[in-house]
Amino acid sequence: MAGLITMDDLTNEQILSILDDAERLLPVARGEIYLPLLQGRILGNLFFEPSTRTRMSFETAMKRLGGDVVNLGDVKTSSVVKGETLFDTIQMVDGYTDIIAMRHPRQGAAQYAQDSARVPILNGGDGAGHHPTQTMLDLFTIKQAHGRLDGLKVVLAGDLRYGRTVHSLSHALVRFGCELIFASPNLLRMPEEIVSDLRSHGADVTETEDLYGSMADADVIYMTRIQKERFADEDEYARCAGAYKLHARDLSEVKQDMIVMHPLPRVDEIDPSVDTTRHARYFEQAFNGVVARMALLCSLLGVSVPAKIEGGAL
Amino acid sequence: MSNEHSMRRVTAIRNGTVIDHIPSGQAMRVLEMLGIGGSTAVPVSLVMNVPSKKMGSKDIIKVEDRELTQSELDRLALVAPDAHVAIIRAYSVAEKLTINLGDEVVNVVRCTFSNCITTNLREPQPHRLKVVQRDPLQLRCHYCGRPQNLSELASNVL
Repeated sequence: MAGLITMDDLTNEQILSILDDAERLLPVARGEIYLPLLQGRILGNLFFEPSTRTRMSFETAMKRLGGDVVNLGDVKTSSVVKGETLFDTIQMVDGYTDIIAMRHPRQGAAQYAQDSARVPILNGGDGAGHHPTQTMLDLFTIKQAHGRLDGLKVVLAGDLRYGRTVHSLSHALVRFGCELIFASPNLLRMPEEIVSDLRSHGADVTETEDLYGSMADADVIYMTRIQKERFADEDEYARCAGAYKLHARDLSEVKQDMIVMHPLPRVDEIDPSVDTTRHARYFEQAFNGVVARMALLCSLLGVSVPAKIEGGAL
Repeated sequence: MSNEHSMRRVTAIRNGTVIDHIPSGQAMRVLEMLGIGGSTAVPVSLVMNVPSKKMGSKDIIKVEDRELTQSELDRLALVAPDAHVAIIRAYSVAEKLTINLGDEVVNVVRCTFSNCITTNLREPQPHRLKVVQRDPLQLRCHYCGRPQNLSELASNVL
């Protein structure tokens, strides 16, 4: 099987099947059952830019399944600083490993790596491009909460221009017939080509600057971080950041089963008062990164996840 | 006004290339894509916005003492895919060349997005732009997926 570069690499049936695998792997992800499905396999972690959750959850996923991990380590001490091309780096790691998880600051790097490699590449983020493994854990979290993916109303809020998580997620949600509301400052609107792509696939998409006015009948509110460095003017940043901050008091009129998600790290966009409400799902979401990536690693390595998972406790 | 009449606006050339049926107003971009400019030593004639039965109006370029190569035709495909190209020898049409815009444009121009992985010119994989729509032309980079800015393509010719 080829790698996972964008969500277009998976059909809806494959997505649902991987999410089902992930569901069954939950006790393994929690460390309650040891299931060495990937024993003898090696994951190459190539993170050319900083990552906490993605890198660590890939590593945890591999180790929970009995596999091993080799890391590129700090880019500053690797051959990359000596001017090595991505092509050459991939040739080397391709020979050392069975599968590669990669994050790179340049857009298109994951596809480029896949075209240069024998082993599958898992795109862990390429510039402002795609982040499909994040999308899989997001879909898992939504399905866990609502029991389905189809026909939900999802508000995506904050930095929709540069936030690669929302780009991949939007494409996937539209394929399941979700209604999307894009709530962002004008400066950080969803890129035009993505909106027109989504609409050409028949998507019901609304763009607005009013987050609070969009929340009443939403099933999911997906917050993202607004980065100060995107603004030339500090006052403008302060105004925008303030307009896209959720407090517990803002959630009094929302649906009971509405969930608040965030790819993390958060800064100010979700007040800690939200953490203790029934709506907060971002920490479970981060945990789900392990189980979703376990299921993806199995799928891309051609390893079947047993229909029934039983086993000895650790 | 007949096509013949419009062709007489510039003199016939002895040897070289005639590019006819260029979309009206696109001749300058064609020259840019072909790298033909002020420093080109050979005579170049250009007529713009002349009436055409087929197109309503069109541009024509005549380049003397130079025959377009296949790689130049590939570049031409990006700005004037329906143009007609004739190689002239001794005042006669010696050869008619076909412009072929396939589903992908490989190693002709590089992606116009400044943060694409292919901006590192030391990377050895081919530059690949996918043709997503022909009229009007829309291209996307195979790697980063970004739509291409057609007005910037000429400065990204390989």
